[in-house]
Amino acid sequence: MVNREELLRTIEKNSRIGVDELAVMLAAPEIDVANELQKLEEEGIICGYHTMIDWSKTSIDKVSALIEVKVTPQRGIGFDSIAERIYKYPEVTSVYLMSGGFDLMVMLEGKTLKEVAGFVTNKLSPLDTVLSCSTHFILQKYKDHGTILTKKYDDTREKITP
Amino acid sequence: MRNPLADKIVDIKPSGIRKFFDVVKTMDGAISLGVGEPDFDTPWHIRDEGIYSLEKGRTFYTSNSGLKELKVEICNYLKRRQNLEYDADSQVLVTVGGSEAIDLALRAMVNPGDEVLIPQPSYVSYEPCAILAGAKPVIIELKEENEFRLTAEEILEHVTDKTKLLVLPFPNNPTGAVMEKKDLESIAEVIREKDLFVLSDEIYSELTYTDKHVSIAEIPGMYERTILINGFSKAFAMTGWRLGYACGPKEILEQMTKIHQFAIMCAPTTSQYAAVEALKNGDEDVAMMREQYNQRRRYLLNEFRKMNLPCFEPFGAFYIFPSIKQLGMTSDEFANKLLQEEKLAVVPGTAFGDCGEGFIRISYAYSLDDLKKAIERLKRFIDNHSKK
Repeated sequence: MVNREELLRTIEKNSRIGVDELAVMLAAPEIDVANELQKLEEEGIICGYHTMIDWSKTSIDKVSALIEVKVTPQRGIGFDSIAERIYKYPEVTSVYLMSGGFDLMVMLEGKTLKEVAGFVTNKLSPLDTVLSCSTHFILQKYKDHGTILTKKYDDTREKITP
Repeated sequence: MRNPLADKIVDIKPSGIRKFFDVVKTMDGAISLGVGEPDFDTPWHIRDEGIYSLEKGRTFYTSNSGLKELKVEICNYLKRRQNLEYDADSQVLVTVGGSEAIDLALRAMVNPGDEVLIPQPSYVSYEPCAILAGAKPVIIELKEENEFRLTAEEILEHVTDKTKLLVLPFPNNPTGAVMEKKDLESIAEVIREKDLFVLSDEIYSELTYTDKHVSIAEIPGMYERTILINGFSKAFAMTGWRLGYACGPKEILEQMTKIHQFAIMCAPTTSQYAAVEALKNGDEDVAMMREQYNQRRRYLLNEFRKMNLPCFEPFGAFYIFPSIKQLGMTSDEFANKLLQEEKLAVVPGTAFGDCGEGFIRISYAYSLDDLKKAIERLKRFIDNHSKK
């Protein structure tokens, strides 16, 4: 038996651990781990195996923005159809329905400030159901997906202790 | 000028670990599996409470035995985890790490000439503290074939009419051995029959990987004979905060508190406030760390099996204690050669008693990535020295 939650917690932090190693770490047969992973993928619980990249350390420029969007929900379908219209744009990286002062949180990645501005002005704002957008540009990412980007772990312990 | 030193302390040989540490320190780029403390940072909410207490100006002594609020939380915790009931006012003492509690318990309980049973391999401080307290340490050499558990027969072999106290160091540093309920029940019988007391060092109680830890104080007739020692270092990754505690019969705690009052005054106040938060809201952190230690433990054990390095499966603490006898080296030689040839530091088993000869202690208080790098070096070393 594979402990499903432990398996998820383990690969959430490091998706590169091989099935053979997972089997040892979770004390389960390899075949069971492989089957469980396949099931989790089929059930849509594991949605992908991405790599976290700090683009700001490369020579490629990227601009990220959070846009708070207020919309008019539509009868019968609520927010789903407007959310779909927005998330189909490839430059949109995340769309969340929010409680509180606005409805949709749209995260966007573009090459330049101009490109992001263009998206908001030409694509997002003109949508019939969109009432207002307020755009926030990200200046620096300190921590993302639980990983601190600005500092490396440094083992400051004494090398030998009883 | 006269000799300024006391013979009693001069005669105690320095910790074997220290000597080796000095060698490691001089070596650039050495990596280590020799650390006896968690690699995790103290969880932020616990640190935050410490900082907050400083901001609020809580910078004074607490009462000698510790903050009332902390003593109450310690009692709640022991009730929750071990189903043990202690009175916060008269049966709990907050100390500067578990180490201080070990010293206090020995000093409060033994008279000159009393014998103290100390199973080894075990933590380095029991024997010197027993000597400093005026007792005669009697070493019980634990055996690999018993998975380094203590048996009733071994106690009987070493007990005399002068024996007063048994040190019970489980889950064990350096072997990772645990004592299960049935093991405790069988030694408890002898302890009651021979009218002994127990100093139970349970600092690794949260780090067991099969069954939940059982304290000997839970065994019928043992509560009134046991000083339970625990602390925050291992469970909550708080080694540098220096905070531990002792619980037990009122009349013993009273005397321990007296020594503590004169020698120490009180445990660090900031640490005590942080520890209240640890006990109130730290269970999830402990579970998360335990899960990770357990994964590393299984990983290492599997690697040792692949290397044909004989090793019993340890169920507690964060150490593995493989045998290196087949390589025809002593523990010291092995550790020194490994350091010179592969720049990898491990602790020779002999640092924890003569019967640690033929073993090395490997700590898994390291990230999986670090363990993998270290294992690569260890594997190469063993390959090089196995073929003759």
